[in-house]
Amino acid sequence: MNENILEMKNITKTFPGVKALDDVNFQVEKGEIHCLVGENGAGKSTLMKVLSGVYPYGEYSGDIVLNGEIQKFYSISDSERAGIAIIYQELALIPELSVYENIFLGHEIKKGKLIDWNETIKQAGAMLKKVGLHNVNPATKIKDLGVGKQQLIEIAKALSKNVKLLILDEPTAALNEGDSENLLKLLRELKAQGVTSVMISHKLKEVIAIADTVTVLRDGQTICSMSAERGEISESIIIKHMVGREIDNIFPKRNHKDFGDIVLEVKNWCAYDPKIGRDILHNLDFNVRKGEIIGIAGLMGAGRTELAHSIFGNPGEYRIKGDLFVMGQKKHFKSPNDAIKAGVAYVTEDRKGNGLILIDDIKQNITIANLKQLTQQGILNRNEEVKAANYYKESLNIKAPSVEQKVGNLSGGNQQKVSLGKWLFVKPNVLILDEPTRGIDVGAKFEIYTLMNKLVEQGLSIIMISSELPEVLGMSDRIYVVSEGKIAGELTAEEATQEKIMEMATN
Amino acid sequence: MGVINEAKKLMKQNIREYGMYIALVVIMLTFSVATDGLFMSSRNISNLINQTGYIAVLAVGMTLILIIRHIDLSVGFVAGFLGAVAAILLTKTGVPVWATIVIVLACGALIGSFIGFLVTKMGIPSFVATLAGMLVFRGALLRVTSGTGTIIIPNKSFNAIGNGFIPDIAHIEGIHTLTLLLGVIAIGFYIWGEFNNRKNKLTYNFEVLSNTMFTLKLLFVSLVIGYITWTLSGYNGLSWTVIVVIIVVLIYNFITNKTVLGRHIYAVGGNPDAAKLSGINVNRITLIVFSSMSMLAALSGILFTARLQSATTTAGTLFELDAIAAAYVGGVSAAGGVGKVTGSIIGAFVMASLVNGMNLMGVDISYQYIIRGAVLVAAVIFDVKTRNKRS
Repeated sequence: MNENILEMKNITKTFPGVKALDDVNFQVEKGEIHCLVGENGAGKSTLMKVLSGVYPYGEYSGDIVLNGEIQKFYSISDSERAGIAIIYQELALIPELSVYENIFLGHEIKKGKLIDWNETIKQAGAMLKKVGLHNVNPATKIKDLGVGKQQLIEIAKALSKNVKLLILDEPTAALNEGDSENLLKLLRELKAQGVTSVMISHKLKEVIAIADTVTVLRDGQTICSMSAERGEISESIIIKHMVGREIDNIFPKRNHKDFGDIVLEVKNWCAYDPKIGRDILHNLDFNVRKGEIIGIAGLMGAGRTELAHSIFGNPGEYRIKGDLFVMGQKKHFKSPNDAIKAGVAYVTEDRKGNGLILIDDIKQNITIANLKQLTQQGILNRNEEVKAANYYKESLNIKAPSVEQKVGNLSGGNQQKVSLGKWLFVKPNVLILDEPTRGIDVGAKFEIYTLMNKLVEQGLSIIMISSELPEVLGMSDRIYVVSEGKIAGELTAEEATQEKIMEMATN
Repeated sequence: MGVINEAKKLMKQNIREYGMYIALVVIMLTFSVATDGLFMSSRNISNLINQTGYIAVLAVGMTLILIIRHIDLSVGFVAGFLGAVAAILLTKTGVPVWATIVIVLACGALIGSFIGFLVTKMGIPSFVATLAGMLVFRGALLRVTSGTGTIIIPNKSFNAIGNGFIPDIAHIEGIHTLTLLLGVIAIGFYIWGEFNNRKNKLTYNFEVLSNTMFTLKLLFVSLVIGYITWTLSGYNGLSWTVIVVIIVVLIYNFITNKTVLGRHIYAVGGNPDAAKLSGINVNRITLIVFSSMSMLAALSGILFTARLQSATTTAGTLFELDAIAAAYVGGVSAAGGVGKVTGSIIGAFVMASLVNGMNLMGVDISYQYIIRGAVLVAAVIFDVKTRNKRS
């Protein structure tokens, strides 16, 4: 048994209304590759943020013990000084700067008061060799390198800080297979040089290929730690631990099972995002019938939100191939307005970012997508507006003193209801819900589920994108699992289980 | 007690708006005392209002520009250049006044669409696009006045737009009767509108102001309108400039409050991504707002040229900054999405009152700039602080 380089003891971290980490224990042995797995929202990233000082000492309870000493990190620079480096999924490199400038950004090599550029370039070259980038010129700009190489440069940057413990948050999420393999190979080489790594990953095949130890988190708690040496790790066991939660009985029953015709269908749906220069959706086929709820399951980054955007008038300006049919008619939506006119509505995943106008009040938010309804000869009838907003405030049980309340002041659940009200006011046939219950409390969740049932009974069709497996299982009539921009499988409500979905999603 | 509580509540809800009116009143009273009443004299108030006209119309357009999170630095020299174009049309070609105005306004709209095109389709930040516009139109102004220098305009009816007053109907010594009559009509319209609004709200069973508060409000606003028209009628009455400004404010106030276009403008400013996903064509809105801005710049140019009765080689210098300052003082949020046309007009008058009052007091120009800068900062600090408190 080796000694532990890191021990996190009894870590508890709460956010208003949520316990993100509940008495978590996490041990990493010196010189191992340790994988941390768990569903979206299990607490992996929060745990790593506690470790790196993003959530400073005092904002959590419990101890961080590094090399046998209790640490108090007040900022990222404290944890870096102690030899911990974190590489996030969103790379923190500056695209317009060169490789060597990026590697030594924040800990520049100096001669007197000035930067010693020659020494910087020399050492950067050595770091690049260490991470296997023999052919990269240190003067290259970051933006001219692929994502895979950028990821390796992040690691080079960490190594240049003399890192003892390297933490990687889903390092291969954006990489293709070749690049992923390179990265895993590098991790093994670093291990041989004595660097300890912690890797958060959703790709279980990788985890099994590389991990010495796997720790599973679920709902903010440590479920178990398994060792490869003792042969304890297998895909099915990991999945079992990841999803082993009981499905709470919070899903209201829906008896209605007679679906009508297909209302919306996509065929051979492909999308390319010119901004990141990558194909994001590959040949998707799916459909939803009248009165049906279909669930789109999958992990973060699988392309679910991009799918919704590509259908809903393509505001992200992807290049799209494939056919879209709404009510049996072939459609080319050029803007969200076209989609709305055709009866498609989209409640965004990020209600604060692109769903609501936080500085505006409830009524303005509810009516903004369908103001035409409230005008007579081009003049807005403000009284009708208040009346319409009041209707949704009552029927959706939005808790606020009046519809004049600013949406930014509402709780997450009430904001979500305003979002729903806004899209119900356009009287859609198909409602796309993107993470409809993210970040809202159980009571509001139940209300939203009940509302969804009522809506499908009235003949609406719902496409629900969700990362929460119990929700997908509890609410959907049919489930499509999306993985890496492809449909990885289709399941009926009866045959679907958490394990099956997770298996499809992680392959 | 009930009325006082209601007043407190209203004050709290509208602190930013009322704060500005209070600031204007405080400034006016201060100068009044400091100048022994000279500031509030009919003649001075009339001058003050007429001097502010060409900045006020710019501030109206700038309000919308700032609401949608853009800026327009070109408006000053667009105004200067199109003022010169108007002068040339009138003096060299003999185009009638009405046609000149139409042509110049159309040129303004055209210039604005081009700037809007650069911002939306070419993706140039508005700061850069309009900075370029500022340089281009400064050059254009120098170009068209290069042979002649200042162009004197002999046309009386054109010049009246900037200097003239509305005719009188009856001749009573010291009182401009038509102005008074218009004031009374305005009060009548205001009261009728408020009653109508209240009646509509009641048929919807919505909450309305208590009877006492409603009466007090009607009384107060009527008194303010009455006082202003009374003061103006003591000199030459309403000027054509004031009429133009009032019409512009009424139109823009209507658009921003009562139309889908107005609501879409605020939505684009409040959260462009959400606006896009709500089916709003953000580019179209941007284009419209820039066109309207440059058209108002053309109007500003007409007002200014008519006021000077000539087009000069430096006309329009720094107008854009006065307009931007007026809008910010008037409560437009620097972050976009919030602001009122009426607020910006008041902002323009706050800034103009400062200049006018300090001139009357003989304050040195160096201090004047410093004080105006301080007032701008103070207004925005007040804005930021009250906004934080509410959210």
